[in-house]
Amino acid sequence: MVTALEQAKKIKARFGDLISEQAEFRGEITLNVADAERIAEVCRYAKSDLDFNYLVDISSVDRYGDDPRWTVVYHLRGLMHGCELRFKTEVSEEKSELPSVIGIWNTANWHEREIYDMMGIRFRGHPDLRRILMWEGYPYFPLRKDFPLAGKPSELPGVAFTKPAPLEGGPFVTVAGAGDATNREPRVREPEK
Amino acid sequence: MRTNVEIGYDSKIEGDVIVTRVDAALNWFRKNSVWPMPMGLACCAIELMAVGASRFDISRFGSEVMRFSPRQADCMIVAGTVTYKMALCVKRIYDQMPEPKWVIAMGACASTGGMYRSYAVLQGVDHIIPVDVYVSGCPPRPEAVLDALMKLQDKIGKQPVLQDLVAVKVLHREPKAVA
Repeated sequence: MVTALEQAKKIKARFGDLISEQAEFRGEITLNVADAERIAEVCRYAKSDLDFNYLVDISSVDRYGDDPRWTVVYHLRGLMHGCELRFKTEVSEEKSELPSVIGIWNTANWHEREIYDMMGIRFRGHPDLRRILMWEGYPYFPLRKDFPLAGKPSELPGVAFTKPAPLEGGPFVTVAGAGDATNREPRVREPEK
Repeated sequence: MRTNVEIGYDSKIEGDVIVTRVDAALNWFRKNSVWPMPMGLACCAIELMAVGASRFDISRFGSEVMRFSPRQADCMIVAGTVTYKMALCVKRIYDQMPEPKWVIAMGACASTGGMYRSYAVLQGVDHIIPVDVYVSGCPPRPEAVLDALMKLQDKIGKQPVLQDLVAVKVLHREPKAVA
């Protein structure tokens, strides 16, 4: 019965300094991969030797103001042994590119297209890197932190147009755990001091 | 003053003849056979399916079939979130419907963009097509959709049909303002 901790130790033994010490949170193991260029190598080892044959998700984080700006998070799982593992790599904004893992798991196709569409991070080696949620020719990357929630106006005749949505003073937020439903009602709130 | 009056009759007394205005007759035909074109885009489509099913039967009101071809439909029921990406398709299908046509905006997303005040959602389908009845709710109760259909039927019943047709087409005059 293999545990995720043992798998993480095997990866660290194989790759040495490339992988950081594992961080553990509530039973989940996270490994930081220092060089984003070698993430495909690490993932290939994880799939072929450690039997992590299911890529659960690839996600990206915009650390607006920090350098490097992008963090790309890979969630791996082995269907046979049931272990889960998380890899995090960092990519700087000037580069905004890392190798695609589509050769390892085919499901990465659409996950990487979504990351390209929403954040603008390119994946080298992807056979069909184009927008998946917005349309071809949409000029912005919507989930970046400097893109407003309401959206920006754009126009592509014959395809689509966008207009900024009226926000009426700000996004409506709720307060979790305020007790009464009246206090928890979503409304425009000042940020907590 | 112009009114649409539907006259009941007793066939024993008057025989099998009914006297009415052409407008009233045409509007009666139109409003009691409104065939919807379901533009079911999101969760409201499930409620639209419930309206079409047996408990909240929509064919009681004359909407016997949900015609998925716009060429054969009278009323487009926009049920669900209209994203900017889909807006072109909705407009194209609305343009393919023959006159007379009406639109019911079902639910909060179709009426005003709903809870999605964001970069990807059209804030109301009335930005691209003219809407006759708005239904609120997320999703609206099937009874609310039937109420909207009844309101649409009232609206259809009041439309001047022949008067405008004659005045504009045959006599080449501007249509008169309705009193």
